[in-house]
Amino acid sequence: MPVNVSMNVNGRAISEEVEDRTLLVELLRETLRLTGTHVGCDTSQCGACVVHVDGRSVKACTMLATQAHGADVVTIEGLAEGGKLHPMQEAFRDNHGLQCGFCTPGMVMSALDLVARNPDPTGPEVREWLEGNLCRCTGYHNIVKSILAGASTMRGGS
Amino acid sequence: MYEFNYHRPGTLEAAAAALAAAEDGQVLAGGQTLIPTLKQRLASPSDVVDLGSIAGLDGVRREGESIVVGAMTRHADVASSPEVQAAIPALASLAEGIGDPQVRNCGTIGGSIANADPAADYPAAVVGLGASIRTDRRTIAGDDFFTGLFETALEEGEIIVSVSFPIPRRAAYAKFPNPASRYAIVGVMAAETSGGVRVAVTGAGDRVFRVGAMEAALAGSFSADALAGASVSADGLNEDIHAGADYRAHLVGVMARRAVAAAAG
Repeated sequence: MPVNVSMNVNGRAISEEVEDRTLLVELLRETLRLTGTHVGCDTSQCGACVVHVDGRSVKACTMLATQAHGADVVTIEGLAEGGKLHPMQEAFRDNHGLQCGFCTPGMVMSALDLVARNPDPTGPEVREWLEGNLCRCTGYHNIVKSILAGASTMRGGS
Repeated sequence: MYEFNYHRPGTLEAAAAALAAAEDGQVLAGGQTLIPTLKQRLASPSDVVDLGSIAGLDGVRREGESIVVGAMTRHADVASSPEVQAAIPALASLAEGIGDPQVRNCGTIGGSIANADPAADYPAAVVGLGASIRTDRRTIAGDDFFTGLFETALEEGEIIVSVSFPIPRRAAYAKFPNPASRYAIVGVMAAETSGGVRVAVTGAGDRVFRVGAMEAALAGSFSADALAGASVSADGLNEDIHAGADYRAHLVGVMARRAVAAAAG
């Protein structure tokens, strides 16, 4: 039975007919063509699908699209402004925080939730926070470095 | 995922009616267990009733000498609640140790205890702190709530509204987590309450259970030393690729001593 879902995605109001069982990540990728949000494991573990729903990072593969009805959703595509990367994205580039890049959208979205709660995290706090984000390339070291650098820029530091 | 009919009721009464009218209705809370279960086609409810739009089911408040946690309160909100941190820090730290940040941003206390996973953390808090569970029909004592593997005292269509935790004199939760899932291989809540000492173990058996011998030992002296000789039998404990029954029995002693030391310290 099709149901209507309406929400704000990256500041734009959308309204779509979906199946009851459509996942949020399916709505984002397949209907809205926002393919920056990735599906890695599809079992709630890897975090490649992390987006923000009403300001909280969630795994979009583990939420029904209908559960986000009326919500503000932000995906990786919603971060850059006017062609200028968000400081956290810039920090991943500057610090070689990615290799294949598959996990990166989820890493960035997860990192921004951390920084919203804790603007000046320590390295161990970043590592602890990344419990739900898996990277199979980097060994995490440069991801942690990127997040610390991104947080510093966002605080207005150097 | 098999097809189902999705419902988004605005009141508890409407949710109960939707469940009653369904051939095989299923409540959706935070969905962190249910949605993976549906995706794996391990369940095929005819109807899914989402409690997410019902006002008043989430939030934490202090009522006298208890902390009342709404059924739809997410783990992250229990962990960061100033009321919980001040009154029952053991409960805040337990919530902070569930899954990962994204799971904690969605998963709810009501969903966790209704699911009654034998390795979930919240059952140790419900039984270890002597909580009670309020539903849309009645109040159920925490000690009577968990009846078996993924089984609870909830009746067909009964909906959890809140969980009330009496504030203990002191308490702590110690967990040996599965490093991948963060579920408890063994977790122990040890508490000194106005009604006596409680020691509740999750992860080790088919459901959370209390350890009377440890509670008796701690009643004399609430210290890790009082548990020096205490242990539990491995008979009937869980065995899987992560830990055998003997190892789980051993971990119950270790986690109990750590919990008591943390609470007493």
